[in-house]
Amino acid sequence: MAASATAVLLDVKEASRSFGGLKALSEVSLHIKKGELIGLIGPNGAGKTTLFNLLTGVYPPSTGSIILNNESVGGMKPFKINHKGAARTFQNIRLFTAMTVLENVKIAFHQHAKHSMFTSMLRLPKHFKEEDEITRKALDILKIFNLADQSEELAGNLSYGNQRRLEIARALAAGPKLLLLDEPAAGMNPNETRDLMNLIAWIRKEFDLTILLIEHDMSLVMGVCDRIYVLDRGMLIANGTPSEIRSNPKVIEAYLGQEA
Amino acid sequence: MKKINKKFWLGIIAALALYGVVQVLLTTGILDDVQRSMLLLICVNVMLAVSLNLINGITGQFSIGHAGFMSVGAYTSAILTLDYDVPFVLAIVAGGIVAAIFGVLIGMPTLRLNGDYLAIATLGFGEIIRIIMLNTEYVGGASGLSGIPAKSTWTIMFFFMLITVVLINNFIRSTHGRACLAIRENEIAAEAMGINTTLYKVIAFTLGALFAGMAGGLSAHTFYVITPGSFNFLKSFEILVMVVLGGLGSTAGSIVGAVFVTLLYTYLRDVPEWRMIIYSIVLILMMIFRPGGLLGSTKFSLKKFGKKEAKANGGISDSSAS
Repeated sequence: MAASATAVLLDVKEASRSFGGLKALSEVSLHIKKGELIGLIGPNGAGKTTLFNLLTGVYPPSTGSIILNNESVGGMKPFKINHKGAARTFQNIRLFTAMTVLENVKIAFHQHAKHSMFTSMLRLPKHFKEEDEITRKALDILKIFNLADQSEELAGNLSYGNQRRLEIARALAAGPKLLLLDEPAAGMNPNETRDLMNLIAWIRKEFDLTILLIEHDMSLVMGVCDRIYVLDRGMLIANGTPSEIRSNPKVIEAYLGQEA
Repeated sequence: MKKINKKFWLGIIAALALYGVVQVLLTTGILDDVQRSMLLLICVNVMLAVSLNLINGITGQFSIGHAGFMSVGAYTSAILTLDYDVPFVLAIVAGGIVAAIFGVLIGMPTLRLNGDYLAIATLGFGEIIRIIMLNTEYVGGASGLSGIPAKSTWTIMFFFMLITVVLINNFIRSTHGRACLAIRENEIAAEAMGINTTLYKVIAFTLGALFAGMAGGLSAHTFYVITPGSFNFLKSFEILVMVVLGGLGSTAGSIVGAVFVTLLYTYLRDVPEWRMIIYSIVLILMMIFRPGGLLGSTKFSLKKFGKKEAKANGGISDSSAS
């Protein structure tokens, strides 16, 4: 029991990524244990989203390896990595705007549907059975995020805050072990941010999730994360508990600049 | 679930009623031969428009090589009935299957392309097929194949059309169809949510080709003669116009578009010099007043309330792309 609680879920070993001559990430190594809530911070252009893109397969690492749940996923296609148990949200919201809120969440359940397209085209009983099940599960997820009464609304018509929440709901519906949140509180006011953080803490417990979180709001990251990694210009410059990070001279330098 | 079933069966009953009425009118001779061949043409065009809508409207892949698939199906089934005495319905299905195989072969390399590039690649495919037919003696070269037995009856045409519409509509309204819609809406997010986007693009392309091939076979067995020229890029555009006019992404729209264009085509036959002008005016008016198409699904019209300006711009850029 104790062993499984501390097992490493995500292990990144010296992963690098270059775009032509630009080295966006160089030899980043980090590990996340099951159940941890980890923060990833760093100034603009530090490579936080690039790291997310490597972890979710948007592009493969130039060198190095990524191991998710004892399986190497470096270079796998994004949909495969999603099937392996890592789901993400996007910094700039990417919802299916002309589809309803419910349909957005249903998309994430697609990978669990067993019936073939011929079953659907001929409307065999299995189609209805699985379709009903998907609808029920999707509504359950929406209820958690207080979006159930807007389930027939188009995703594009939701308020900004609700769109962000729907994106998290959609990621959660895929049934991930690792949830990657790219600036979930961007553009939210302090009240909304606080509610969101409470929600994240709650779903972490409820769904037994491991979470990696990119966030700019320092007070927020310091408040909820177990450990924090700091990226600057493509390199990891620090890692530790919030209080260690707060007093780390390298971090202060990266954020505030060097003393003259 | 019950609700869906009820609506579905009401639709089927309405379709069968329509079939019965037309059948009676045909046997009693109230509808003449011109009107009969127009009805058969409507069936073919509905099949073409609904299948192209699956590729262009639902999956969002801008393909304009649909006449190529139609041609493959038409030639395959015509050769089968002419040279090998294969039963008619079997020949039509075989034509569809061969077209579907072409769909897979063409789809795998070209569906890596996006937008304009895909459009050009599929246009090229349609032209390649036409040129190959033009230069192959076995299929008659420029004069094409003639003497194809006219075995397409209203009954057969109607049921092929009905099956096409039902199967494609069932596909769209399932988890597999939602996967295709998600690709249209946001490909990166669809992929990140566990959808194998390449697979679903190829599936949509293949299904579209299958039904286009069957439509081609049926039309070959209606009009006695097929020539490579009858499947040129203008035919591809004609199908695209039906889909866009009816409303991209709406099956009902594609049907209405196909019927509308066929009626226009038939009744303007006496004034050929005016036909293309009226055709264009109709399209321009649609782009101005209903950029989402005649029956743009409610989803689209709802969106329009919020972003009227953006939608109108989208419609115009769509039309310039076509």
